[in-house]
Amino acid sequence: MTDPSTEQLRPVAIGSDLERRDGFPKVTGTARYAYESEAASPAYCRLVQSTVARGRVDSVDTAAAEALDGVLLVRTAFDAESLETDDGELAVLQSREVAFRGQVVGMVVADTAEAALRGADLVEVAYSPAPHDVVLRTGRGDLYAPEKVNPSFETDTSDGDIDEAVATATAVLDRTYTTAMYHNNPLEPHATTAYWDGEALTVWDSTQGVHPTRAVLADLFGLDRERVRVVCPYVGGGFGSKGEPHVHVVLAAMAARAVPGRHVRLAFTRQQMFALAGYRTPTIQRMRLAADQSGRLAGIAIDVVEQTAKVKEFAEQTGVPTRMMYAAPHRSTTHRLAALDVPAPSWMRAPGECPGMFGPEVAMDELAEELGIDPVELRVRNEPEVDPESGLPWSSRNLVACLREGADRFGWADRDPRPGLREEDGWLVGTGVASSVYPVNRMADSTATIRREQGRYVVEIGAADLGTGTWTTLAQIAADALEVDVAEVTMRIGDTAYPIASVAGGSSGMTTWGSAVVNAARAFREKFGPEPPEDAEAQGSTEDNPATERFAMYAFGAQFAQARVNRDTGEVRVPRLLGVFAAGRIINPRTARSQLIGGMTMGLSMALHEQSVLDPRFGHVVNHDLAEYHIATCADVAEIEARWLEEHDPHVNPMGSKGIGEIGIVGTAAAVANAVHHATGVRVRNLPITLDKLLPALAG
Amino acid sequence: MRPFTLATATDAREAVRLVAGDPDAAFLAGGTNLVDHLKLGVATPGALVDVTRATSAEITDLEGGGLRVGAAVRNSDLAADRRVRERHPMLVRSLLGGASGQLRNMATVGGNPLQRTRCVYFQDVTTPCNKREPRSGCGARGGYTRYHAVLGASEHCLATHPSDLAVALAALDATVHVLGADGERSLPFTELHRLPGDEPERDTTLAHGELVTAIDLPALPPATRSTYRKVRDRASYAFALVSVAAAVELEDGEGWVREARIALGGVAHVPWRAHRAEAVLRGAEPTEETFLAAAEAELVDARPLDGLDGGNAFKVPLVTRTLVATLRELTQERES
Repeated sequence: MTDPSTEQLRPVAIGSDLERRDGFPKVTGTARYAYESEAASPAYCRLVQSTVARGRVDSVDTAAAEALDGVLLVRTAFDAESLETDDGELAVLQSREVAFRGQVVGMVVADTAEAALRGADLVEVAYSPAPHDVVLRTGRGDLYAPEKVNPSFETDTSDGDIDEAVATATAVLDRTYTTAMYHNNPLEPHATTAYWDGEALTVWDSTQGVHPTRAVLADLFGLDRERVRVVCPYVGGGFGSKGEPHVHVVLAAMAARAVPGRHVRLAFTRQQMFALAGYRTPTIQRMRLAADQSGRLAGIAIDVVEQTAKVKEFAEQTGVPTRMMYAAPHRSTTHRLAALDVPAPSWMRAPGECPGMFGPEVAMDELAEELGIDPVELRVRNEPEVDPESGLPWSSRNLVACLREGADRFGWADRDPRPGLREEDGWLVGTGVASSVYPVNRMADSTATIRREQGRYVVEIGAADLGTGTWTTLAQIAADALEVDVAEVTMRIGDTAYPIASVAGGSSGMTTWGSAVVNAARAFREKFGPEPPEDAEAQGSTEDNPATERFAMYAFGAQFAQARVNRDTGEVRVPRLLGVFAAGRIINPRTARSQLIGGMTMGLSMALHEQSVLDPRFGHVVNHDLAEYHIATCADVAEIEARWLEEHDPHVNPMGSKGIGEIGIVGTAAAVANAVHHATGVRVRNLPITLDKLLPALAG
Repeated sequence: MRPFTLATATDAREAVRLVAGDPDAAFLAGGTNLVDHLKLGVATPGALVDVTRATSAEITDLEGGGLRVGAAVRNSDLAADRRVRERHPMLVRSLLGGASGQLRNMATVGGNPLQRTRCVYFQDVTTPCNKREPRSGCGARGGYTRYHAVLGASEHCLATHPSDLAVALAALDATVHVLGADGERSLPFTELHRLPGDEPERDTTLAHGELVTAIDLPALPPATRSTYRKVRDRASYAFALVSVAAAVELEDGEGWVREARIALGGVAHVPWRAHRAEAVLRGAEPTEETFLAAAEAELVDARPLDGLDGGNAFKVPLVTRTLVATLRELTQERES
């Protein structure tokens, strides 16, 4: 039985690989991003940042900056306007206390970007520094259990008796894995153009959600929401770091209010993005697996230690996927945090699942090796019939099919499991596998309007397109819901002038906004029939999905990697990546493929390259640019392939779709680590897998 | 960022006059490093003199098979030159192993060897650095030293030179032509850079206002085989952890080593000419043992650094393994 709220659309436009509607303006440079929005005489804002990691601002000398030609104003904690917030990150210039190095302690607004930059250089800040504490480690005495982990999961869970399972199992694995600190680093920096018309604020902001940003700004500045407009038609990537507002948009609005009649532009520099735009916490994951001789898990446990900031808590849900992934009757998961004098961590593509499927999926590989069981087979043997955590049946779960299909395509059957045996032209060669998972999320509060305008169907919703394809895919959903050709549909998104939409986060966009669009279309047809008059208009909103009470809903995938390790130098290359996913119905194969291989590339990057190096003496990330913080380049990505299974899931939403923005990054790093082990016999448990970790074990 | 004036010099003498007479002035060529420094506040000149039209952008033949490369030749043009490709595969590989296509299109042969270290503390004006701010301390010591020196460092500076091209030029015995206020002079490329000692702010032996006008590439004996091997943390757009520029000539193409020229990158404040390794190789049989002995001789004085994530101790075995592998590649029988 299906619920009316998930009554399936007949896919016509859905499933076709339409080109991106925003492609032409983007590649021809006519798409205007936040920093480029139209402005008659813009002013420019540059920031002064703390050079101590903790302490207090004693005094500031702004005279030289204020005397500079073109400088319009300087603001510091001594004279900035008061904001209404208890958010420690957004309370910028509200206090003289310094909570982390790089914190904004002043801003300069000028007629030109150059004058603003020079002015910021000339602001002299005197501090009373205090000792800082920025080192995450397991032995700290002040680790604490947060009330919940992101967004609202239980901090700890315990089912059965993990200690008993470990004590009585044939095979026990007890290992610790670590993931590094990562910065999202979208290509487009966090940027805002802000303008006040009396007591009405407009911001052109690079954001994953115009309405959530509006709500925050309205509260901060004590305005009715109707007096704040947030505009964001295009985003040059976010990866979670534009999911919640950071201080750039607050500062731009403060600056613009202080120079009435001027638009103020503010963009973070790349270096500032390493201090002010969120990041993924490093994680330390102790994994315990207890299994019988056949590899069936009796117990699985993960104990996570990670960091948060004293200025604002964020608890990554790293242990959450371990709660539901495999059929182990005894399960235990814990999260402990160290609150440090560092910037606040935040969302980064697949928070929870991404780091939280590294330790477990490498541990499964280690267990497979110990028991002499094929790692694909080991996962198949631990396939749960129902969700181990909730006891609910799956709305659909095709992990085994993904593993089988991937193994088939990858040539897994011919694999010799012994590590360190294959060499080609001086390169050691190996292959590895890992599972992927991501929940089907649905946000509250999204509404779409459909209106007949000049013979076309105009769909308005404040949704975001981060480069994901929303401009195109929502039009496909609208077309099928209205049963018209997609060419008849005009989309309007990315503006609070349109009905409310949730943040583009948790891979929830299609489920949430798509459901609103479908409801609007159904209301529209019900009201106006097949031949609606001009200006006919109807709205529809996302509703709770009652099926979530009866089913556990997730997308699954299997990632396969080939790794080559240079016998002489230890350099690691990944010539082949294959991901096979079961994520419901795919709305647009073209944009879906891009999402999935983008996620896999980011996972490869995590496996081999990415690491924010926090220097504990200074308290900040010292490799804070894209020359030193390595992300995978084109040359690092060779054959990369994403496939998906036909999956019919009538319970998730009317499209039958599951989110695909994040699952691509989940498990990739583990698959690569497992492949490197197969190539070399070296088990790297601490990311990234760099040559120095392999050299000692390579033969003379 | 400090305001500056920008002048364009149309000949080398004018450029030298403009810069030599003003302690606050600096030459600007491709700008791939200096412009970053202007934005970061690492460099704060009051005047810039664009020299991309002040020196030659031509590659000309010298007697005996050598080549003269004008200082304004772009890296990508040097890498694409037919004569360079035929005679100096090592040089071409060093060029193409550096930076990205866009940067190579901008970078000049005169400017590239004068680029400054990518030490993260040098590039961050909020941390101490003796090179950027004499006597302010060394931020790298005890910090992030993965890309730092294992040879020739001083208590004041642990930085490495980042240029790939410079490593090849050091191995090739190139000659640098310089114009200064007092006229022209030439120097061996290996004498262009200097170890940090107690003046880490000085990368080179050039005086203020001296302009590189051309670099001469000598001809190598026809039987010489050369290559450039760059080991880095990703496949493109990364500085070398370790690199090896090597040219080897074997007696009759297969016997003992007649001549070897080797320079190492990523290990020192200078492109490190490996004289000790060369001495071991010269006259020896090209065997694995010889190569290993050559590497060990060169690394006798290596001093790996402590630091975050284990410092850079891995570089010592990495140099050995990369050098041995490179020599093996250059001396093994060519498959027909």
